[in-house]
Amino acid sequence: MNRFAELLDRLAYEPGRNNKLRLITAYFRDTPDPDRGYALAALTGALSFKHAKPGLVRDLIMDRTDPVLFGLSYDYVGDLSETVALMWPKGGANYRESLLGHASLPLSPAKEGQGEGYHTGGLNIDSRHNNPPPPTLSEVVVTLRTLGKTELPSQLARWLDELDETGRWALLKLVTGAMRIGISARLAKTAAAALGDKDPHEIELIWPGLAPPYLELFAWLEGRGDKPVNRDPAPFRPVMLAHAIEDTDFASLDPADYIAEWKWDGIRVQAVSGRDERGHTQARLYSRTGEDITNSFPDLLPSLHLPGAIDGELLVLRDGRVQTFNVLQQRLNRKVVSPKLTKDFPIHLRAYDLLGDDENDLRELPFVERRAHLEVFVRKLDDPRIDLSPTIAFDSWQALIAARADPASAGAGEDADAVEGVMLKRRDAPYLPGRPRGQWWKWKRDPHIIDAVLMYAQRGHGKRSSYYSDYTFGVWTSGEDGEQLVPVGKAYFGFTDEELLQIDRFVRRNTTEKFGPVRHVVHEPDQGLVLEVAFEGLARSPRHRSGVAMRFPRISRLRWDKPPREADRLETLERMLKDVTAN
Amino acid sequence: MTAKHHTAEHCGETPYIIRMRPHDILLPVAAGLCCKPGGFHIDPVRPVERAVITHGHSDHARPGHGAVLATQETLDMMRLRYGDNFARSTQAIRYGEEIRLGDVKIKFHPAGHVLGSAQIAVSCKDLCIVASGDYKDAIDPTCTPFEVVPCDVFITEATFGLPVFRHGDAADEVKKLLASVALFPERAHLVGAYSLGKAQRVIALLREQGYDAPVYLHGAMEGITRYYESRGIALGELRLVKGMKKADLAGTITLAPPTATSDIWTRRFPDPVTAFASGWMRVRARARQRGVELPLVISDHADWDGLTATISATGAGEVWVTHGQEDALVHWCRARGLAARPLDLVGYGDEEEHEVVAADEAET
Repeated sequence: MNRFAELLDRLAYEPGRNNKLRLITAYFRDTPDPDRGYALAALTGALSFKHAKPGLVRDLIMDRTDPVLFGLSYDYVGDLSETVALMWPKGGANYRESLLGHASLPLSPAKEGQGEGYHTGGLNIDSRHNNPPPPTLSEVVVTLRTLGKTELPSQLARWLDELDETGRWALLKLVTGAMRIGISARLAKTAAAALGDKDPHEIELIWPGLAPPYLELFAWLEGRGDKPVNRDPAPFRPVMLAHAIEDTDFASLDPADYIAEWKWDGIRVQAVSGRDERGHTQARLYSRTGEDITNSFPDLLPSLHLPGAIDGELLVLRDGRVQTFNVLQQRLNRKVVSPKLTKDFPIHLRAYDLLGDDENDLRELPFVERRAHLEVFVRKLDDPRIDLSPTIAFDSWQALIAARADPASAGAGEDADAVEGVMLKRRDAPYLPGRPRGQWWKWKRDPHIIDAVLMYAQRGHGKRSSYYSDYTFGVWTSGEDGEQLVPVGKAYFGFTDEELLQIDRFVRRNTTEKFGPVRHVVHEPDQGLVLEVAFEGLARSPRHRSGVAMRFPRISRLRWDKPPREADRLETLERMLKDVTAN
Repeated sequence: MTAKHHTAEHCGETPYIIRMRPHDILLPVAAGLCCKPGGFHIDPVRPVERAVITHGHSDHARPGHGAVLATQETLDMMRLRYGDNFARSTQAIRYGEEIRLGDVKIKFHPAGHVLGSAQIAVSCKDLCIVASGDYKDAIDPTCTPFEVVPCDVFITEATFGLPVFRHGDAADEVKKLLASVALFPERAHLVGAYSLGKAQRVIALLREQGYDAPVYLHGAMEGITRYYESRGIALGELRLVKGMKKADLAGTITLAPPTATSDIWTRRFPDPVTAFASGWMRVRARARQRGVELPLVISDHADWDGLTATISATGAGEVWVTHGQEDALVHWCRARGLAARPLDLVGYGDEEEHEVVAADEAET
């Protein structure tokens, strides 16, 4: 458990994806079974046991420590698990009992016992040699699965006695279900794949058939065993992704080779259905990274009644019309899905590819043939919640440019607002995992753009920790004190390395005030830096002072030429917002 | 005339006085801890006629005093930092040496904080007060170990005066650093450490772990580190970062003042891993706030267990708590029947928060 805790601890501070991968792979390499398997399960969210309530942890520490000292410590640290992990007194000294006993409370009995022989140094090496060894991660996970509710507090206290500070912190995060360390399941699987130089897609393919502690997976990765077979009736298939097309790409492409579809502003999903050994239909919904999101969309499952694997876009439809991403967002990342939610935000699947039809794997077929299978499949499903993504008729790039500029009159009709561009797919392309070159292209509509004024800058993380690379920008509005800037968003990418250096220099030379890591940068009508900000969407937000929140904002250009007084006004954003909601 | 004045004026001469009271000997005033019967201040924050100084950190050892009494090392460090004329006159004192100042006797004892750091025992008649300055009770290969001094009143710091601060074995933290260097051999490791004491301790700990490659230094650390070496503390091969090629710094360890690790200066390193050696690293929010990627819990101050164990071991019936988390420590003392109070001295603090690197170093 201590070794796993060390890993979590290090990951919590490491900002770089590749470095995270290396840390996790190194852990998998150095840690024996079954511990590493349970670690993989913990990182992928595949562990299941009843989580302990924070109140239980609080009760435990109250039994052991002076409440005044706990209060002061909690105020200082600000996180319950961490406070308890750090101040947990070892050796079972019960605070209440010892208060009754005598005046001197042994926080660490080993030290008191040194009496006359008290000497300096090594004070921090406590009595751990007399203690039982700390629990392994496997021991913790297996015990938690079967432990009764009444036994939990005393078991937890025993483990806390046996672990070190970091171990206690990780244990408490694990049992309270609050392990937020910025690791996706995909990242953990990629790290495991690196152990055996395998493609992470291979793990994704067999993943649904595997269970902790993944002994056969690690055996295969280390070349000691065969590749585990996926017996899952509804497995995930690694997805095929598109490249963003550039203007210069068109010259070498023949329109006749391609089929075009609208690019819908929803989320990419894979809807898979299959029959298990007993002949029951199992349906699952996966995100594009292979995470099982079935539980968030129970209202879609009855529609997946034919065995097959659909690649498509998840949307919210009201009265047959596609809603914007801002509406769909209400359905995302929900643990509990209420009947009201499914009624107010009815979910819909727009199908654009078919990867499997019953037992048949279609991925080797050219796209045109898969598309034909898909049309038949959707017709057979005959379900109002699943429809076909329409194709766009075009005979030249010029025609497609026109369609992209005006989706409403090119077939998207009233759904045009939910179109964020067009997709181009080669007629003869098989379904290839990853992002193969030249097969699929995405061609987004031009983003919204405003000119805003840089107001505050903050240092970045990791490689960027010496740069001011996070920018808060604002637009003009009329306030009580006349014209003033109101912050409307924050962006930390979009600029080139060279531009980052320029902005960094500007920030350092034009700082008016410093608040911790944040610098106030000069933003007067005649003095300051105008940033051209591109963004994908806009929504009302009571949490922001300006009342609006941008989706996916990034710096698209530095407008050194423009004085701040000529930057955009809040009214411009409000008008954009009205356009969006009125449609 | 009040009894208090009466006592103070006749300290050491008047046999019929019942008993000295602690505040007749040492009193917190704006300039620092004042010893009226001895005619001096301990670690004064403003220029005074006579100063007795516990150790060389800049919040305790300031320039501009008349006469300064301190260990040879502390005097040397002040000279390094402030130049030859940092005081009108100086006097060096050894650990265990006792001298008389006015009506009191003072004796220096090792504080284990940094090289030359001392606790100062002030005795007047049958009353002994120990002003411990900053101290730690953990092993440190770069300075004389802390010594418990039995006393009536113990003046303790409280930098880490909360039970969440327990510092563990510094060797384990250095192993963590070395494991990271092994895992990321193409990156540079940049360790933020206060330049007086912490940096040299980290280097010595690295050597204890068998790390024998050259250790690199930020220019601001060179003077004090060379001074440590001149006092017989072996630190192995040291090199300056200045003038090194970026690629040649891959796989190396560099010690730098904490403020430099998030400065433009770091751009000369290949994809640096930012570490920080400090007791504050125990608390995640503190580490994150500073953008640290590899926190190393290595402290030159006593942790909570160290503070409480030391207070008990001195046998003091009264405890005065200065700079840091006074509330918790005062509460702890009172719960054990000890008289305790915060001293509310202003001007001392966490040296790491205050270290400023010379501008020319930072920008080059």
